[in-house]
Amino acid sequence: MQKAKDEFVDVSAVPHPIECEAPNDQVTKETLIGSNIKYLITGIVFGIVFVKAEIISWYRIQEMFRFHSFHMYGVIGTAVIVGAISVWAIKRFGIKTMQGETVVFHDKQFHWGNVIGGVMFGLGWGITGACPGPLFAQIGSGFLVVIVTLLSAVAGTWVYGLLQKKLPH
Amino acid sequence: MIELMRQPWPWYVAGAVIGLTVPALLLLGNKHLGISSSLRHVCAACIPGNISFFKYDWKKEIWNLFFVGGVLIGGIIAAQALSNPDQIVISEKTVTDLQALNVTVDGELMPASIFSFENLLTIQGFLFFVVGGFLVGFGTRYAGGCTSGHTIMGLSNLQWPSLVATCCFMVGGMVMIHFIFPWLMSL
Repeated sequence: MQKAKDEFVDVSAVPHPIECEAPNDQVTKETLIGSNIKYLITGIVFGIVFVKAEIISWYRIQEMFRFHSFHMYGVIGTAVIVGAISVWAIKRFGIKTMQGETVVFHDKQFHWGNVIGGVMFGLGWGITGACPGPLFAQIGSGFLVVIVTLLSAVAGTWVYGLLQKKLPH
Repeated sequence: MIELMRQPWPWYVAGAVIGLTVPALLLLGNKHLGISSSLRHVCAACIPGNISFFKYDWKKEIWNLFFVGGVLIGGIIAAQALSNPDQIVISEKTVTDLQALNVTVDGELMPASIFSFENLLTIQGFLFFVVGGFLVGFGTRYAGGCTSGHTIMGLSNLQWPSLVATCCFMVGGMVMIHFIFPWLMSL
C-alpha cells in the first residue's frame, strides 16, 4: 500500500506532458462541488453554443472538409482570435485568477505524435463528424448511438496509454 | 428573444463565445481548455490497469469532468428548450455530393439514416461508430490534444506544435471525406 502511494507522488512529479495536457494549475485548495460547479456552468454554455451553431452537425463537418461553406472556419477562426487576444491581455496586464493566483501557461513540446496522432484524429473526426467536445453535446441533444462512439473513444485513449512507450514520439 | 435564440447562431457569435471560454477557465481557476483529456481521466478513474499513463491524481483534474458533464447538459438544454423549428440549411454543393453517395440529407443535425442503433450492427455502422470513435480517442491522446486543446487553446497561446497538429487534423479529415468516405458508402 505504501508503495502505491509513493508511485502516485513520483508520477505527479514527472514534468508536462506526462501529467496532463489540459492541466489544473490552481494552488488554492478546491472542494468537489463548490469549486467545480463553475466549470459545469461554463461547460453548459459551451454545449449550448456547440448545438446552436450546429458545430455538432455531421453535415457541417462534411461541408467544412469539402470547402463548401465558411461557417466552421468562421467559428474556429473567431474563437482563435478571441482566445489569442485574451491570452495576450492576461500576460500583458498580469491579470490574476479569481483566487489571486498568477495564470500559468505551458509551452507545448513538439513530438511526432502531433503529426501521426493528428492525422488519425482527423480521420476519426471526418467519419464521426465529431471531435471530443461535440461527442458529449451530440449525446445530450438526443443522438444516443453516439454513446458507442464515446465509449470507443475512451477505449482508444486506453489503448494509447497501453502502447505509449512503444510508439514513435 | 427566445425566438431569436432558437434560430441557428451565426459563426461570429459562436466563435466569440468559444474563444472566451479560454480566459474564462484561466481566470476562474487556472484551468486550461482541453476536452480530450476528460477521456484520459475517465480511464485513470475507472480502468487504470497497471499502466503508468493512467497513474496520476485524476481527482485533481476532476474539474474537466464537470466541464464535459456541462457540455452534455448544454446539449440537452439546446435540444429541448432552444431547438431550431426549421431544418438545417447546408450548402447545396454538399447536399449534391452526399446524395451522389446515397446519403439521405434529412434536415436534422445528424443524418438519421447513419446515426441509428439499427445501423450499429452493419459493417458501415461498425466503421462509423466503433472505428471512428477509436481513432478520435487514440489520435487525440497521441497528438496531445484535440480541436479544443490544440486548435483553440494551443493556437491562442501561439504554440507552433499546436499549429502542426491542427494542420494534421485537417489533412486526416480531408483524406477521410474525399477518399475513404466515398468508398465506405459504396460498401
